[in-house]
Amino acid sequence: MAKVKTRVKLPKKADKGKVITIKTLISHPMESGQRKNKSGNIIPRKIINSFKCAFNDQAVFSCDMEPAISANPYLEFTARVEKSGTFAFTWVDDDGSVYSEDEKITVG
Amino acid sequence: MTLNRREALAIAGGALAFAVTGARMAWATAEDTYKAIMAFTGGAEPATGRITLNAPEIAENGNTVPISVSVESPMSAEDHVASVTILAEGNPNPETVTFHFTAMSGEAMASTRIRLAKTQNVIALAKMSDRSVFIDTKEVKVTIGGCGG
Repeated sequence: MAKVKTRVKLPKKADKGKVITIKTLISHPMESGQRKNKSGNIIPRKIINSFKCAFNDQAVFSCDMEPAISANPYLEFTARVEKSGTFAFTWVDDDGSVYSEDEKITVG
Repeated sequence: MTLNRREALAIAGGALAFAVTGARMAWATAEDTYKAIMAFTGGAEPATGRITLNAPEIAENGNTVPISVSVESPMSAEDHVASVTILAEGNPNPETVTFHFTAMSGEAMASTRIRLAKTQNVIALAKMSDRSVFIDTKEVKVTIGGCGG
């Protein structure tokens, strides 16, 4: 399988107390477990089932995903920033793999 | 036609296997959707307002339908949106995604892309920190279904 790639987009700098928009993307087939292969057998389910975003180890946003999420799951959400710090993003695969990415932001 | 015990069991087994796989591929029923709503609300009756679901009127490709949801809320520690779930009535399973917000989210807004099997109603439910529940529904016409085999 192709290597899983994560992408996160957020501003590098923001004013104190501002609400910023964060966009994330992960390359993943999100196999739903509904499709059949050529010989008629069901292709087993394999999806990213949860996503978390934390700022300086404090939970900001999380989501539970079902097979009805499109391939290469895209998420857009917001966060209020009061101080400089690091956003940590984690995706969890059905097979137990965890993909993560960190992104710093400067507030001032 | 008379069957001996072995043949009867084989037929019953086959029928059962068919029933199980048949049920798995079937579309969600109104009852499934209702159950999913109740599981999320914990029995509370959802009210309209405050939540807005944005979805295209016509989705040409059911494999990737952009949706976004926003909820009016001060998003303070005492009064914020706890979670938002999106249900697709006409999919094999109505559940699609559940967003969990915190006071640090700043706004209760999220968007993603979902799969829709056919033309159907998409339901968004928001649960507030005080446990009240709000609902919004949009019909999306799907040209090509997104659960293809």
